[in-house]
Amino acid sequence: MNDFVELWVYLSSTPLFGLTATLTVYVLASAVYQSVALAPWANPVLWSVLVLSGLLLATDVAYPTYFSGAQFIHFLLGPAVVAMAWPLWTRRAALRQHGLAFGAAALVGGAVAAASAGLLAQWLELPSDVVRSLIPKSMTAPVAMGVAEQIGGVPALAALAAVITGMVGGLSATYWFAWLGLRTSDRDWMIRGFAIGTAAHGIGAARATQLNADAGAYAGLALGLQVLLGAVLLPWLLR
Amino acid sequence: MQPLQGLSVLLLMQALGEGLARLFALPLPGPVVGMALLLLALRWPWVQNRVAEVAMFLLSHLSLLFVPVGVGVVSYMSLLQNHGWRMLLVLVLSTWLGLLTTALTLRVLLPAHPETKSHE
Repeated sequence: MNDFVELWVYLSSTPLFGLTATLTVYVLASAVYQSVALAPWANPVLWSVLVLSGLLLATDVAYPTYFSGAQFIHFLLGPAVVAMAWPLWTRRAALRQHGLAFGAAALVGGAVAAASAGLLAQWLELPSDVVRSLIPKSMTAPVAMGVAEQIGGVPALAALAAVITGMVGGLSATYWFAWLGLRTSDRDWMIRGFAIGTAAHGIGAARATQLNADAGAYAGLALGLQVLLGAVLLPWLLR
Repeated sequence: MQPLQGLSVLLLMQALGEGLARLFALPLPGPVVGMALLLLALRWPWVQNRVAEVAMFLLSHLSLLFVPVGVGVVSYMSLLQNHGWRMLLVLVLSTWLGLLTTALTLRVLLPAHPETKSHE
């Protein structure tokens, strides 16, 4: 028993632990997600975060220790943001054709999400640095961190807010789209994809990609636009 | 080799983006500048061929990349005990509002039968 405890103490303090745990738990969560036909409640990000957080709290492993391994996955967010140029490029014809509609929707949706988050948070009397960490939440985590830093928020909290926002969108969008009466025509997939990419960035886009390839591409387009618009406009408006 | 070359292109663009953002004190995160640079570079078929596969790979597993940050919730337990429910309420409501206004704006502005098939 003592040997086992010692072995655990050794293993859990190496970077191998964070990396292995993150990947394994995510792969298992994805398998469950597949096996329940992509039901929104089985969102793999949500369950991976819950299981891993529970594991860290139960075993008393500190977050920095976990992150020393998980950072190798986290690092890829940067290149992934750069890679968002690809869906923008492949959809450039649609972007040119419907540029005005997409641009207006990205502006309206992004502004409503950011402003309602800021006003609600202020109305609920959250501390000012928390309020400013919640405002950039519609942008994907690494960009939300950068923007939060510039407008006086806490980067790590902004990243967390972005991840929760993505999960909320991934979990609930299907129901709201049904409520709006959106169906499965090309046009409706375009609207669904673009809306979930705008409001729930990468996690929403991942959900859209799993449901319909076109919706996924428009979600990618939307989150690329959101990142560009938000990263330019928010610091300029709020600094 | 192509995926590796593609990854180098992505990293190069990110590095260039970080450099430019810092050099000119741009109010933009480096990766976003990198994304704009890649968008310009994608007019060359050489770049397209290299980047396509690795970009699709990264973006199709995008949700995995958010897990390490999400687990960061364990560092904010006391903050969450004080403000957690209010923060969650803010995030849920603002996300729903953003989702609905985006979908409604598009529904009004998009033509009834748009040409969506622009695959290349």
